[in-house]
Amino acid sequence: MSQAIDFQENRLKTGEGGIILSSVEDLLNWSRLSSLWPMGFGLACCAIEMMASYASNYDLERFGIFPRPSPRQSDVMIVAGTVTFKMADRIRRLYEQMPEPRYVISMGSCSNCGGPYWEHGYHVVKGIDRIIPVDVYVPGCPPRPEALIGGFLKLQEKIRQEHPIAPMLLLELEAENHTT
Amino acid sequence: MTTHDIVERLKSKFNTDAILVVNEKTAQPIIQIPANLLLDICQFLHEDELLYFDFMACLTGIDNGPEKGTMEVIYHLTSIPYQRNLILKVMLPRQIDGKQPSIPSVSSIWKTADWHEREAFDLIGIHFENHPDLRRILLPKDWEGHPLQKDYEEQDSYHGIKVKY
Repeated sequence: MSQAIDFQENRLKTGEGGIILSSVEDLLNWSRLSSLWPMGFGLACCAIEMMASYASNYDLERFGIFPRPSPRQSDVMIVAGTVTFKMADRIRRLYEQMPEPRYVISMGSCSNCGGPYWEHGYHVVKGIDRIIPVDVYVPGCPPRPEALIGGFLKLQEKIRQEHPIAPMLLLELEAENHTT
Repeated sequence: MTTHDIVERLKSKFNTDAILVVNEKTAQPIIQIPANLLLDICQFLHEDELLYFDFMACLTGIDNGPEKGTMEVIYHLTSIPYQRNLILKVMLPRQIDGKQPSIPSVSSIWKTADWHEREAFDLIGIHFENHPDLRRILLPKDWEGHPLQKDYEEQDSYHGIKVKY
């Protein structure tokens, strides 16, 4: 008897057999923001905090965030650490190898603005927004894992506001208008 | 064998002018030698059975700035069997006829010197003669200037990226 009631409740909770109403846009945005795969690379001490965020204590995977070994499989690039001019070309190239839509999180003072190297660091790029577009800046030196998670939540907010299919429809409409 | 004995041994092998200054007040004794005798003295320090400095721990380049007009190369040597340390110092004029200072490479004696000399070349701009592979080691190969020179000014941009803050 009690089992039957549980079954009934579970059905209600999961919506099994029911109908979910949503727009394609919301569904796409939700799925994309729920599986942000960052590119697995780190440049300096910020990378230690980033690795701590991936590990079991902070467990970024509960947000669907899981590092990928290739830029081709990545949605987001976390620039975690000091970017030297020697590295800048490589960063730019890796960014160009990522498929769109792609996002960049600048983690820590060094990649935000040059950090402690802003004045005498002849070898440090004073902010990676001089090489690639940045979506979220995470301040700190280095930022704690909570701050990086906060950055990801900000990025999720940003993705939630996007209109991924509107330009396609617009293109189709424009093409129809062109032919007729 | 004390530093005094090492210096005496060097003096007996080479002429007395070979040793310019001996400073024993520092934690490790420093012997300053002229650049033209560097290779011979190093060879002797390495091979002589009583000295036997078989290990180079560090090689450092120093720029003393345009006012003093000198550069230094400092060699930290260790004799592992005798448990003995020695520092050699070579003073160089900062520029000779507008060209960067030049000193013989000791990488044929101690392999450690290879990368250390590349570092000194990269950051200070000292040329090491007969070095097997004198390329920049830290900075990109198309970088302009040697950043640890006292009068160094960074370039405006690198590959289209502004360098200054």
